[in-house]
Amino acid sequence: MKPNTITIDGKEIPFREGQTIMQVATEAGVYIPHLCHNPEFTPHGSCKLCNVQVNGRTVSACTFPAADSQQVLNDTQELNEDRRTITQMLFVEGNHFCPGCEKSGNCQLQAVGYSLNMLDTHFPHFFPQRNVDASHPDVMLDLDRCILCELCVRASRDVDGKNVFGISGRGIGARLVVNSPSGKLVDSALSVDDKAAQVCPVGAILVKRCGFEVPIGQRVYDGHSVGEVALAKERALAEAEHG
Amino acid sequence: MSLSDTDLEILQGIVARHGGAATELVQILREVQDRFRHIPRDAMQWLAEALHVPLTRVQGVTEFYSFFSTEPRGCYDLRVSDSITDHMLGSREIAAYLSEKLGVAPGQTRADGVVSLDFTSCTGLCDQGPAGLVNGLALSQLTRERIDRIAELVHAETPLESWPADLFEVADNVRKPGLLLQGGFVWGSAIQKVFERGKEESFGELEISGLRGRGGAGFNTAWKWRFCYEGPEEDSFCPVDKRKVERIVICNADEGEPGTFKDRVLLGSHAHQVFEGMTVCAALVGARQGFLYLRGEYLHLHKPLLEVLEQRRQTGLLGQNILGREGFDFDIKIHLGAGAYICGEESALIESLEGKRGVPRNRPPYPVTHGYLGQPTVVNNVETFAAAAAIALHGGEWWASIGTEKSRGTKILSISGDCDRPGIYEYPFGTTLREILADCGACNPFGVQVGGPSGTFVGTGEFDRRIAFEDLPTGGSFIVFDESRSILDISRNFTHFFAHESCGFCTPCRVGTSLLRNTLDKIYSGHGTPYDLAELIRVAKLIKGSSHCGLGQTAGNPVLTTLERFPELYEKLLKHIEFEPGFDLDGALAVAREMAGRDDAHAHLAQEG
Repeated sequence: MKPNTITIDGKEIPFREGQTIMQVATEAGVYIPHLCHNPEFTPHGSCKLCNVQVNGRTVSACTFPAADSQQVLNDTQELNEDRRTITQMLFVEGNHFCPGCEKSGNCQLQAVGYSLNMLDTHFPHFFPQRNVDASHPDVMLDLDRCILCELCVRASRDVDGKNVFGISGRGIGARLVVNSPSGKLVDSALSVDDKAAQVCPVGAILVKRCGFEVPIGQRVYDGHSVGEVALAKERALAEAEHG
Repeated sequence: MSLSDTDLEILQGIVARHGGAATELVQILREVQDRFRHIPRDAMQWLAEALHVPLTRVQGVTEFYSFFSTEPRGCYDLRVSDSITDHMLGSREIAAYLSEKLGVAPGQTRADGVVSLDFTSCTGLCDQGPAGLVNGLALSQLTRERIDRIAELVHAETPLESWPADLFEVADNVRKPGLLLQGGFVWGSAIQKVFERGKEESFGELEISGLRGRGGAGFNTAWKWRFCYEGPEEDSFCPVDKRKVERIVICNADEGEPGTFKDRVLLGSHAHQVFEGMTVCAALVGARQGFLYLRGEYLHLHKPLLEVLEQRRQTGLLGQNILGREGFDFDIKIHLGAGAYICGEESALIESLEGKRGVPRNRPPYPVTHGYLGQPTVVNNVETFAAAAAIALHGGEWWASIGTEKSRGTKILSISGDCDRPGIYEYPFGTTLREILADCGACNPFGVQVGGPSGTFVGTGEFDRRIAFEDLPTGGSFIVFDESRSILDISRNFTHFFAHESCGFCTPCRVGTSLLRNTLDKIYSGHGTPYDLAELIRVAKLIKGSSHCGLGQTAGNPVLTTLERFPELYEKLLKHIEFEPGFDLDGALAVAREMAGRDDAHAHLAQEG
């Protein structure tokens, strides 16, 4: 094998020093399923959808650095079954009712579920009691749908410089919290133009008064798979960065 | 509550004592909890401003650690250890008795605000349980007679300082000392020896000793220290004494694995040797700052340990120019935990030391190059440092001549459960379970949990197996079960423990540990089917293979290792129908009944099966 090359599912792919396996794959047009990863932000590694096998060991592709002679397994039946199970876990720990959700068709969780051939939620639902925060004039927060990817946390901290969101609690009680004395969005520094208001991959953070502007049937994932959409967007970002 | 002027003064005092540093957040919150009996929202807000951190950071840390609460706890905050070893000694009955005597249900604070009662994860007193905590201080051997006395003291609202000392007595119970526990260690002798040998030769001795980390994972100690000394690649040009990066030495005393209590004894009776090991490490890697991360459950050791540190400063064994060596400055600070098993994981421990939620980091980079505040950091177990001090003094060969090929030296075991002589035993690596069981007086053992819940259940037919990294690695937990014990009780206790202690960062562990707990409870309560058993295995394997850190990667072990050995015990509990819903039909109607104000027979639904 040539130096600075890894293989993903047997295909040889060059990498640059400092790249993660996810970055290498994206540039080469290989889709590795993911939810908490978004190339605009520091990698997080919490959803575990992007778990791949590297020389027999399971690692998260979004955080693990590429190195010479790595043989990466990605699109295998076993890994995809695990990913489907993990996606089902995300569905049952929250309250996700796709037919009634504004994000349906634009939702990455839903789209990943489809692409992994997830036909049901499989596990008993937890039906947790979670709150909807509609206090903000322009943005609403429905914690029923939060998957704890922390993209809004990272966006508000690293891009907006506002630290509007954070994570509290522990274990199955972990939850998104808002940085304001009342804990309500209206008393926070969030503005509708913030990156944090735009970045939610599911329907937990929604901008108000633009619901159903794009009709069901014409939405992002109605015409394209999550893999196609992710690669198109993320490759363009990578090219803009590296020329 | 809104903050009064007095409250503000108290908060200002606490923050000032900690230098206004956000890295001290866990320590600060400990004091706030102690003073106000909870962390009021307004105090969080004030602290966020004073420490220049977002409110969500203060809230996030408060709600992460079990010993912090957002609702007021009683003046006497009682917690009963819920470890399996305490269960076996009758802790649940004792808790019920305590609850009755005090007039407060577990999980509640009495209306008059005097007392709270709760359960807590293993408190590290498994050899003298049932154990508990009152305002964080260890209570041992909770008999009915002692509960009566405690209830009286609470009733009379006797200040904790005036409670009889015997309630807080903690015995060492060292039953079998070896190389480390035999005593006779002279303070300063190991540091002196390192000065005589010089750095390279001292590294050499450590390498010869073959010492591996005693926390359970068994990483080679000499390599770890060497990597830290060399530092990250970008700094490797730095000669020892002119480094721009600070090296940090951390002693991991977050002994949270249920059934482990050896570090309690090492820190209680051999603290000088442990601190000396840290100082030797500092001399070799070039560190100036050390931390002891002491689990909150060992609050009773805090004061004595501070005294030992002060003694060492007075005698020139800590501080500036240690033992007269110009430029060798090193000191050790104690940080207390606040009830989170996950902080025993080294990168979570570092996060906690930095005043954050104890969430394990992504690796690489590893702490040894990017640890505390991004600096090269050695994190080792208490026992590892004690051994390192002894090796520095006696040489590598002295240690390496004992044990097995890949596991040199001795291992200290914390033995509890069904045996006549629970306590601390130090064995050469390679000792068989049979020999250990005979020594501790185990009658009719049917199994041993080696390495705690995250370890392995070993049954009767395997007692010739050995304690060693090659066979049965262990951080030191060794719980004996006799024939009267139910395997389901054991795996259920451990599974509940992991669900309670999961940090919640990654999906498989956060959701999976709760799914495991619920499915196991379903089987335990007689509602399980063969389908549930298959699900149990599938979920356990998924968590094991997909999780972010060691907690998740071992959370399925109790189920998997007991099922492998005793499938019939699980199967016996199953219903032989195709499928039993996880859904409780009658339970689902509870809200409707409440709303309708009815509880008659017609407001209930029977469920077939």
